[in-house]
Amino acid sequence: MADNGLLESVLRLVEKVDGGTDSQDVAADLGVDHQVIVGAVKSLQALGEVISAEQKSSRHWELTGEGREIAEQGSHEARVFNAIPDEGLPQNQLMKMPSGKVGFSKAMSNKWIRLDKAHEGGPRVFKTVEAIEDTVRDKLQLVQKGQSAKLEDKEKNELKKRKLLSEVTVKSYWITKGSSFSTTITKQETELTPEMIASGSWKEKKFKPYNFEAMGVAPDCGHLHPLMKVRTQFRQIFLEMGFTEMPTNNFIESSFWNFDSLFQPQQHPARDQHDTFFISDPALAHEFPQDYLERVKKVHSEGGYGSQGYKYDWKIEEAQKNLLRTHTTAVSARMLYKLAQQKFTPVKYFSIDRVFRNETLDATHLAEFHQIEGVVADYGLTLGNLMGILHQFFTKLGLKKWVEVGNSGVFRPEMLLPMGLPEGVSVIAWGLSLERYVDTHT
Amino acid sequence: MPTVSVKRDLLFEALGQKYTDEEFDELCFEFGLELDEITSEKEILIREQGGEKAEGASDVVLYKIDVPANRYDLLCLEGLVRGLQVFKEKLEAPRYKRVSPADGGEPQRLVITEETASVRPHAVAAVLRNITFTQERYESFIELQEKLHQNICRKRTLVAIGTHDLDTISGPFTYTAKPPGEIRFKPLSQSREYTAAELMSLYKTDSHLRHYLHIIENEPLYPIIYDSNGIVLSMPPIINGDHSKISLNTKNIFIECTATDLTKVNRFTLIITVCLFVCFNTFFILFRVEEAEVVYPDGRLSVYPELAYRTETLSGDFINKRVGINESAESIAQLLTRMCLRSEVSGEGDLIQVEIPPTRADVIHACDIMEDAAIAYGFNNIVRSTPRTYTVANQLPVNKLTELLRQDLTAAGFTEALTFALCSEEDIADKLRKNITETRAVHISNPKTADFQVARTSLLPGLLKTIAANRKMPLPLKLFEISDVVLKDETKDVGARNNRRLCAVYYNKSPGFEVIHGLLDRVMQLLDVKPGRNQGYHIQAAEDSTFFPGRCAEIFSCGKSIGHLGVLHPDVISRFELTMPCSAIDIDIEPFL
Repeated sequence: MADNGLLESVLRLVEKVDGGTDSQDVAADLGVDHQVIVGAVKSLQALGEVISAEQKSSRHWELTGEGREIAEQGSHEARVFNAIPDEGLPQNQLMKMPSGKVGFSKAMSNKWIRLDKAHEGGPRVFKTVEAIEDTVRDKLQLVQKGQSAKLEDKEKNELKKRKLLSEVTVKSYWITKGSSFSTTITKQETELTPEMIASGSWKEKKFKPYNFEAMGVAPDCGHLHPLMKVRTQFRQIFLEMGFTEMPTNNFIESSFWNFDSLFQPQQHPARDQHDTFFISDPALAHEFPQDYLERVKKVHSEGGYGSQGYKYDWKIEEAQKNLLRTHTTAVSARMLYKLAQQKFTPVKYFSIDRVFRNETLDATHLAEFHQIEGVVADYGLTLGNLMGILHQFFTKLGLKKWVEVGNSGVFRPEMLLPMGLPEGVSVIAWGLSLERYVDTHT
Repeated sequence: MPTVSVKRDLLFEALGQKYTDEEFDELCFEFGLELDEITSEKEILIREQGGEKAEGASDVVLYKIDVPANRYDLLCLEGLVRGLQVFKEKLEAPRYKRVSPADGGEPQRLVITEETASVRPHAVAAVLRNITFTQERYESFIELQEKLHQNICRKRTLVAIGTHDLDTISGPFTYTAKPPGEIRFKPLSQSREYTAAELMSLYKTDSHLRHYLHIIENEPLYPIIYDSNGIVLSMPPIINGDHSKISLNTKNIFIECTATDLTKVNRFTLIITVCLFVCFNTFFILFRVEEAEVVYPDGRLSVYPELAYRTETLSGDFINKRVGINESAESIAQLLTRMCLRSEVSGEGDLIQVEIPPTRADVIHACDIMEDAAIAYGFNNIVRSTPRTYTVANQLPVNKLTELLRQDLTAAGFTEALTFALCSEEDIADKLRKNITETRAVHISNPKTADFQVARTSLLPGLLKTIAANRKMPLPLKLFEISDVVLKDETKDVGARNNRRLCAVYYNKSPGFEVIHGLLDRVMQLLDVKPGRNQGYHIQAAEDSTFFPGRCAEIFSCGKSIGHLGVLHPDVISRFELTMPCSAIDIDIEPFL
C-alpha cells in the first residue's frame, strides 16, 4: 500500500480541483511515476467512499529509448555534423563514432556534409554548410514536453518509422471526491480481533464494510447422493405405512425364482439373452425346494389350481440358469414362499434395491437401476384395496396423478397356490423405478 | 407392450363414429388400451431422418395405440375395431367356425416328412376363401403378420407364418428339410433363382431378413415347403417363394405355420388364423376358415385349425370379492360379454357361464375373467378402500445400519458416491493389481459391452472412476460408498452372495493415510467398538497388491479381519487415470449387525 503521505498529497490535489482530475496529471504534478499514483488510487478506494475513481484509457505519443537519447544529445546526423572540424575528418574515424553510420548517411542526404574519396591519406569528410537546424531533436523535445499535438500526423508517423516515437495506451483514473471525502487518512480495520475486545480499542476503530453481495465460503462437509436421498424418502414412507423391509441383498438369482415361480413361461421374451444378464460362473443354481419345484413345473406344463397352464414342456435346465435378477419380485416370491411354509399371518413387505437389464448404456437406458416394490398379502384383498393403498402411498409422496409412474397388480393364483398359500389369500403388489421417478418428478 | 399404428380416419370410418383425440383417448383407457401417440408418417420421418427425407410423405393422422402383450386379437385395425364395437355393445362378438371345402372337395393337405425332425418339426395349415383385398386391407394383412412375427412368434424363432395365393399352387404340399445346396428357388422380390446357401449370404446385408438367418444358419438341413409340382412355397422361417406371393388380386389364401414347439404352434395357429379372419370380417359375412389336413411322419393325420371354444363357470360373488364391487350376476355377465367373452347366468345360484373364444388364448384362469370384468366395469368406478391388514414394520438390519453410517460419513466430510454393481474384469483385477481368479467374482455370460463382464468384488474401482470423472473439482476429494459387492459362495443355493461393504477414498496432493485412519476410528466409535487387541479393533501392517508396500494395514475387529486401509499403489492410481496420491479404506460391515 502506498504510504499515507502520498495518499494525502493526492487527496489535497483532488480537493483543489472541481469536477475531478486525471491520475496522469496527478502523477505529473507530484513528479512521480503514474503507476505509483494508480496504486495510491486503489488504496484510497479500499478506504470506502473517500474518492471515486473511474477507469479510462487514453492514447498518447511517447519517446522510445533512442528518441529520449536524441532529445538530449541531438540527432545522429547533427552529432556527426558537429564532430567534423573545419579541416574535415577521415571517414574511417567518423564511422567509429557511436552515431557514425546512421548519422553519416542522414547528414549526406541532408547535404550537410560531403565526402572526398580521393583525398590524400584516405577518404575525408567535410562540412558543406556553416550551421544546421536539428529539426528531429526539436520535434522530439516537443513530444517530450507533452506538446505532441503541435506536430503533424505525417511527422509523427515518420518518427515512429525511425523507432524514435511510439504510440501507447495509458490506463488512468478520473478521480473525483467521494461521499466521505477527507484529506486525512484514517485506516479502516478489516476484522474484529481478540486484542481489540481485550483493550476496548474497537470503540475508536473504523471497520471496513463487508461486501454482502459476495457468496459465503462453502462449509467443509460431505453430501449424500441425491438418488439415495430419495431412496431414504421412499423407505420412510413404507415404514410409516407399516411395511417390513425384504432381504434383497442377493443380486444373483436363479431363473426359477426370477421367472418360473412367478408363472413366467420359459419362452417369455423377458427370458431372452438380449434382455437378461445370465451368469457363466456360477452358471447354475443347485438347490430348490423340491416339492414346490414340482408344483411349479406342473402348473406351467399342465395347469391346475383352476388354470389351463401354458401346456409346454417345462425344463429344470431353464429354471437352474443363474442370472442377475431382473426385478426384486424374485425376492417377493422367496418371501411369499417362506410365508406359506408357516401358519398364515397377513404381511406387508417392501424393498428398494438394484435390478439389472442387459442394455447398452445410453442417455435413456441403464443396465442397472433401483426397483421400488410394495407387497401386501391377506385374505380377501380386492382391486379396490390395491387402488386404495396406491392412493395412500402416492399421497404420502405428494403425487396427485400416479398413472404411468409404475406398475401394479394382483399376483396370479398360479404363482401363489403352488407356494402353499391358503386359497382365499390375495397378494397385491406395485413397483416403480427409483431412477425414473427421480427423472420425472424432481 | 406392442404398439399398433392405425390411420385415424380409417379407424373412425370402421367404428362408424368420429371422436376428438381426448374422447378416443378416454375410450382406449376404458378398454384397457393406451393412446400412446398422435402422429403422421411425415412427422415420424422428420423426427427420425430429418426434414428433407420427409418431403412428400403422407400427413394422414396416425394413432399409435399400446395393446396389452397378451391381446394378439387387437394387433390390427380390424381386430381393434371389432373389440371396440363389441365393448360399446354395437356388435356381438363373432363366432369363428371351421368348415369343410364348400364344393364337398378334399381339404388341402400338408405332409410333413421325417427330415424336419432335426430343425423345425412342426407345421399346421389353414385356408381362407373368397377374400377381397383393397390396398388398405392388404397392408393391414401384411402388418398383422409382421406384428405376430415380432411378438408371439418371438421374432420367428418359435413360429414362422407363410401366406400364399392358393390359386397359384396345387396340393398336396410337402414340408421337408434338405441340405442348403439342394434347395433352389426364386424368392420374394428377387428376379432369379438362388440356392439356399446363396440366399443366406445374399440376406446377410438385408436390414430386415438378416435378423432371422441365425435360426437355421448352422443347421445341416434347411426346412422347405413344396407343392405337388415341386414349386417352393417357402423356406421357413426366412423367406417365401416368389411364385405363390399374395397380391391385391388374391382370392384364396393358403396359410402354413411352422414351429419348433408344438404347443405354441397349435395355440398360435388358432390365434393367427382366427385373427386373420377377424381382419376380414368387416367385409366378410361369415367368420369362417376352411380346414386343412396335416399328415405327420408317423402317419397320424390332424385337421387344423383347432377353433376350440371353452366354457368356464364362475360365481358373481367371486368377481365381486376379487374386484371389490357389488354387482348382480346378470350385470357381470353383461360386462364380460362386452369384452368378447360371451357370458350367461346359468340360473344356478349366481353362477355365470363364460365362453372363452379361441382368440383369447390369454384367458387361462378365472382371474383373467375377473380382470376383464374389472376393465369393463371401469377401474375408475371401483371404490378405493384401505386394506385392514395390521402389521408392524421392521427394517432389514443391514439396511438400517447402512442408513445410519451413511449419515455419519457425510457428517465426517465425505461425499456419497453411487456406482454400478457391474464392471469389467479389468476393473476388479488388473487395475487393482489382482489376479481375476483370486477375486471370487461372478461372471456374466452375455454382456453387450465390456463394462458389464462381472459383478464387482470391491467398491474401490467405482470410487476411483468417480474421482477420475471429477478431477476438475478442488482437492481434496473425499468419497465413500456403502453398498453390496457380489462373491461366489458355494453354501448358497445360487452359488453366490452379496456382501455389504464400506469403502472410502481420500485423494489429495499428499496421501492422507491419517485422514483415512481417522475415518476408521470414527466409524468404529459409531459402531461402539473400542481400540484394543481382543474385544476391540486394531490395525496391523499387511501386504496387499492394491496398496503401496509398507503403507497398508489389515483391520481387525474382535480378532476377525474385516478389511484393509492404506495408500494405494502408484500403478493402481495411474491405471484409473489419476495423478495424485490416494488412500483408501475397504471394510465388510456385516460383522457389526
